[in-house]
Amino acid sequence: MITYDIVIIGGGPAGLAAAVSARKAGIQSILILERDHELGGILNQCIHNGFGLHTFKEELTGPEYAYRFIEQVLEEKIEYRLNTMVMDITEDLIVTAMSRIDGLYQIQAKAVILAMGCRERPRGALNIPGFRPAGIFSAGTAQRLVNIEGYMPGREVVILGSGDIGLIMARRMTLEGAIVKVVAELMPYSGGLKRNIVQCLDDYGIPLKLSHTVVDIEGKEHISAVTIAEVDNTGKPIPGTEERYTCDTLLLSCGLIPENELSNKAGIKMSRITNGPEVKESLETSVDGIFACGNVLHVHDLVDYVSEEAAKAGENAAKYVLEGRQDKDTDHVVTIKATDGARYTVPSTVNIDRMDDLLTVRFRVGAVYKNSFVSVYLDDERIHHAKKRILAPGEMEQVILQKKKLQGKEDLKTITIKIEAE
Amino acid sequence: MEKREITCIGCPMGCQITVELEGSEILSIAGNTCAIGDRYARKEVIHPERTVTSTVVVKGGTKHRVSVKTAGDIPKDKIFECMKAIDDVCVDAPVRIGDIIIADVVGTGINVVATRNID
Amino acid sequence: MYDIIIIGAGVTGSSVARELSRYNANICVLEKGEDVCTGTSKANSAIVHAGFDAAEGSMMAKMNVRGNEMMTQLAEDLDIPFKRNGAMVVCIHKEALDGLKTLYDRGIANGVKELRILNREEALEMEPNLSENVQGALYAPTSGIICPFILNIAMAENAAENGVEFRFNTQVEDIKADADGIWHLRTNNGEYTAKYVINAAGVHADIIHNMVSENKIHITPRRGDYCLLDKEVGGHVKHTIFPQPTNLGKGVLVSPTVHGNLIVGPTAVDIEDKEGNNTTAAGINDLIAKAGAHVRDLPLRKVITSFAGLRAHEAHHEFIIKEVEDAPHFIDCAGIESPGLTSAPAIGEYVGQMMKEKMELTEKENWISKRKGILNPQELSFEDRAELIKEKPAYGNIICRCESISEGEILDAIHRPLGARSLDGVKRRTRAGMGRCQAGFCSPRVMEILNRELGIPMEEITKSGGRSNIVLERTKGKNGGEA
Repeated sequence: MITYDIVIIGGGPAGLAAAVSARKAGIQSILILERDHELGGILNQCIHNGFGLHTFKEELTGPEYAYRFIEQVLEEKIEYRLNTMVMDITEDLIVTAMSRIDGLYQIQAKAVILAMGCRERPRGALNIPGFRPAGIFSAGTAQRLVNIEGYMPGREVVILGSGDIGLIMARRMTLEGAIVKVVAELMPYSGGLKRNIVQCLDDYGIPLKLSHTVVDIEGKEHISAVTIAEVDNTGKPIPGTEERYTCDTLLLSCGLIPENELSNKAGIKMSRITNGPEVKESLETSVDGIFACGNVLHVHDLVDYVSEEAAKAGENAAKYVLEGRQDKDTDHVVTIKATDGARYTVPSTVNIDRMDDLLTVRFRVGAVYKNSFVSVYLDDERIHHAKKRILAPGEMEQVILQKKKLQGKEDLKTITIKIEAE
Repeated sequence: MEKREITCIGCPMGCQITVELEGSEILSIAGNTCAIGDRYARKEVIHPERTVTSTVVVKGGTKHRVSVKTAGDIPKDKIFECMKAIDDVCVDAPVRIGDIIIADVVGTGINVVATRNID
Repeated sequence: MYDIIIIGAGVTGSSVARELSRYNANICVLEKGEDVCTGTSKANSAIVHAGFDAAEGSMMAKMNVRGNEMMTQLAEDLDIPFKRNGAMVVCIHKEALDGLKTLYDRGIANGVKELRILNREEALEMEPNLSENVQGALYAPTSGIICPFILNIAMAENAAENGVEFRFNTQVEDIKADADGIWHLRTNNGEYTAKYVINAAGVHADIIHNMVSENKIHITPRRGDYCLLDKEVGGHVKHTIFPQPTNLGKGVLVSPTVHGNLIVGPTAVDIEDKEGNNTTAAGINDLIAKAGAHVRDLPLRKVITSFAGLRAHEAHHEFIIKEVEDAPHFIDCAGIESPGLTSAPAIGEYVGQMMKEKMELTEKENWISKRKGILNPQELSFEDRAELIKEKPAYGNIICRCESISEGEILDAIHRPLGARSLDGVKRRTRAGMGRCQAGFCSPRVMEILNRELGIPMEEITKSGGRSNIVLERTKGKNGGEA
């Protein structure tokens, strides 16, 4: 069997950043397995700009951002295999992979980094009534067709869901000559970034209808019209509010979920909230030696944070390979809980004896909060209370825990992150 | 006096900025939380600009399209003119990131450049 | 001129075609869809029913029980995924317990084997996720689950291999007999003539029948909505769970599918539109409410798609399989609603026998009884799969990541007899696009393969024939045309 110190599943932004940082941390034997025919992952089809403000202090397009990391991978001569599908990962870190060129083979790894990214929620999961004609695409599929393959799905477009990909595609289709008639959003707020609402919808006069959903799809062979209706606060359509739009394309941008097939196969403990693995402060999953980062762990809003998180995962995986397991049963491990508006945290536990001096804890809120406070409690003691003018589900939040503030509190059981009105 | 509400796009914060102006003279800017917001608001109300991203036909390469962008912002009202120029151009592979695809697009002084490599 | 023309390449028409392909005869199947299995046969519960539902002595009962009996051998011969997982009809009201006995008696009379009535405890022990309210159940071990697409496709492929011709995108518009009793079928693709015509047109069988007979029949499309759940929860029940039947049918079942998903459905709504296979919010809500009554904690968060199918319901709720009285040499297979899928092999056998006698057909010497399915590399050992990829690298290239379908399987689906020409054609043959992402990831890739293998321009590749094109045109207008 082939052996590598670190096998990274996925050559998108997370996998690339993890690889580079693992190399910098001293690991020579690294292999990236990528299922597409090139590195870069989903960034290759995200040809719009706005990536990298935090990382590079400039606005890059997706392919440019990806290339900054690809260059580093090439410079560092990190090995990668393209067109390669990982079929299985065992708890003993045996990775089964397959490709046209290399056939079916197994790799024994000392550490594995999961960086498979996420996928779009399909229409079926949304249960939209109506026919099942051609002309219905997830926004990401349409993005690939338009930007990579160079094909237009249609000319008259309705978009369900105001996730960022949907917003970006509204502008993209408009620039390519299509008419985007409306963007309907089930929730009373958009899950997309403000910037995208302004630059992708407002700029082109595309209406955004909040608290609306598609209630009917017409067209037996090809989609010909959809009906949208307003929904009440339980998400049920309100009779009498129906509006019909003729269209030849319906794009669905109804959220992303971590790609969790392999995580499940590896027997990793999963979070019901993020749909990704539960991880420790080192971004290690419940299976020894398997780390996770990027959108496979939890869906991020900005790729910059994916890179940052992945670099940490790479560093920690390297440490695991070089030093072996350091955790002891006597270590002080504390659970991080998300309550009162905070939906989850990554990581969900912290080992105070092993943590770095600073630990970034990322989370998302479940609704829009204005002029509220993000608070951190050590059991009942509040140690952090920061005012935020706006907190929205579409944007990831973070707090930074300092080791020195946690050390010496032997009775500490739970760190709680919550949203407070005052 | 005119009052304009704009959403800052300088970062994911999306600050709601209120600009008061008299003709093209800005009287006040409120709601921004940083200098980027101030700069954005001043520009957005008087002279809005955007980066345009799209694809261009590429011949003889491993792909049929190469992604491009305007290397800087162009006036918002020139977006569709710029797109027309982008739609009409055709380049031969190979293409490298940063290659100028259209120089001084529609008289803006800004180049359209490739944003990925095509071999 | 053909000896026999069969109208419809659904499961009934294909079964009849396969049975007739045993004989020395010129046979053609006319299908208005772009592929086999595009109507009622593609959207149903995929259950091989035991046979206790249909009225004693009815054609439906005979065909059901015989079809069920035949299925094991047929599945083996034609390499079709089939599993006898057993069914339970669950009673949740004490006062309705007698109904189970009625069903049991009917089943025995129909010749269903191994039927058993279970008490509450036995039922719960066999199926722990049954409703708390379960009072008892009828258990039918011979009930099974099958892949309805592959059953249909396999029979058609086998018929084609044995010389039956198939004409797709060919809709019969009018049928007339000439003075010699020869049937002339006018279609959108020219005229066809035949000595005998077999009407297996599903929900359209009445229209076809009424072209030749004064004794009009009416087929009501009875729409049923379904939800399909992720494989993650495919084991929620092991058996096919039915409520007690009503006059609208067998009710909303919950069942594992032969591919490991969980299926919930169908509703039953009579409609007029013979192509009206649209789901409705009311239908799906109704479904969810009804299924919840017999199976607890249905994991409906895991729905990956919903769809609707149309049963070809005839007013007397009976299969009409006979020569039309005022139209000699014209044979109806009409009103083939549930248990039509189960009955298909028996209907084929019955019609085959009928035609053999009527036309004095002789058997071919070299009839091919077996068909090899598309190789599923997931069923191979690690070593065998590795060997396969070494020989045929396309099997190492995964196209549909949800169902792990390789390019090799898709190439097989395209190049075998009656090969796939559309995304749905590939999907029904290989399951590419049938997983939890519902073809989001693999559609562009399958399109590329269809484009490359069949030379169909990308803009002309369809989801399911007709005007179901996936993409409209190249970006960049005229300039973008040349690739």
